[in-house]
Amino acid sequence: MSAIAEPSYRNRVGYQAAILGGFTMVAAAFLVVGNIATRDAIEQRRTEDLLASLSQVIPARIHDNDLLAHPLAIPQGSGKTVTVYRALRGHTVTGVAYRITGQGYGGEIQLILGLNARGEVLGARVLAHAETPGLGDKIEAERDDWILGFEGRSLGSPPIERWAVRKDGGDFDQFSGATITPRTVVGAIKHGLEFFRDHRDTLLASAVIQETPAEGNATQPRLGNRQ
Amino acid sequence: MSNDYGRIARDGLWDNNVVFAQSLALCPLLAVTGTATNGLGLGLASTFVLISSGTLVALLRGIITPEVRIPVFVLIIAVLVTLVDLAMNAWMHDLHKVLGLFIPLIVTNCAILGRAESFASRNRILPAMFDGLMMGFGFTLALVVLGAAREILGSGTLFQGAALMLGESLSFLELSLIPEYRGFLLAVLPPGGFIALGFMLAGKRVLDRWLAERNQETAGEKAIA
Repeated sequence: MSAIAEPSYRNRVGYQAAILGGFTMVAAAFLVVGNIATRDAIEQRRTEDLLASLSQVIPARIHDNDLLAHPLAIPQGSGKTVTVYRALRGHTVTGVAYRITGQGYGGEIQLILGLNARGEVLGARVLAHAETPGLGDKIEAERDDWILGFEGRSLGSPPIERWAVRKDGGDFDQFSGATITPRTVVGAIKHGLEFFRDHRDTLLASAVIQETPAEGNATQPRLGNRQ
Repeated sequence: MSNDYGRIARDGLWDNNVVFAQSLALCPLLAVTGTATNGLGLGLASTFVLISSGTLVALLRGIITPEVRIPVFVLIIAVLVTLVDLAMNAWMHDLHKVLGLFIPLIVTNCAILGRAESFASRNRILPAMFDGLMMGFGFTLALVVLGAAREILGSGTLFQGAALMLGESLSFLELSLIPEYRGFLLAVLPPGGFIALGFMLAGKRVLDRWLAERNQETAGEKAIA
């Protein structure tokens, strides 16, 4: 660039500042346009992702509603909220699904857990994890059917003290070469079931959507059913 | 002029290859090359950014002063990468789920700033575009070769998930080379990336030396004749 003969105005500080400022403005304009152009599509993809993972843990036959409509936000300690998606048939809650997490060997493991109204596991799937490839990734349903072994289980089956991997005296298999990963998953699902037990009434309260709340619901203002 | 372009192509693909010769961009290189498909995806995205940034820098080199060129180049590259990230998230979502973490890393790919600084800012638009294309291809080549080596050793497959990225018509690319393969974990993990890269760099040296010796021999024979 130094080879180009430079007019004198280019050496002024003002020119440099104008160049930098001008480029920043143009860059910002491009980013705004790009954001507007892709925002709806990205939102759409996110929704599809969520729906796809929900439909893995809530079978289509038990609900006739849009799973994503009117989720419940249940406040947890430490300011977090758990978003609970509900499966409805008519106005009866037939199932719930929510995210659960656990600390695995390679970082946080995120799962989605689906339960029916009796608190039995309909399905659990790993959404994201960073476990060792080839060892810990057997928790993925595509690689191994280990995670399917939770279906039909509940806090009473097996009894709560046996909700652990065999190495810890529980009922669930670990894999050879990986103990921490399945231990985390078992623990996370157990916590998820305990969350259901603790909030059972709120989660299963008959959902009144786009109608005036019934008498019984009016006493529970936390429901979030109303618009 | 065609000679010039030949020189650029040779530089980008082999003599001055981003990975093999300049040893740049190793962070994204080692991170994504667990499979050949991932390598190809990141390579193509990087190529796009290289071409666009080269073109823009060559176009604007008349008004950018040397004093502010680095921040302006960084700005141009960052905007391009952000746009690629948004576009992939919107329209190539499945690939974005795999590569999402690494797309923003293209910004930190020093090869792109390096080409903007050392080539695009001194050349006209067409050569700069071509240089971006060739450097990008060179980088893609390195990514795919390293990814393929690690994928074959690590999981016994090749181009796993290619249909996801390139469409169903290319699902024939997905090969299971070694059936019932139990997997070789080291090759898939980051240390395997370093080891494989080491072998590739050494291999290039050996090949270059062999070529140089052969050239010398033929030159010598000609001189004798």
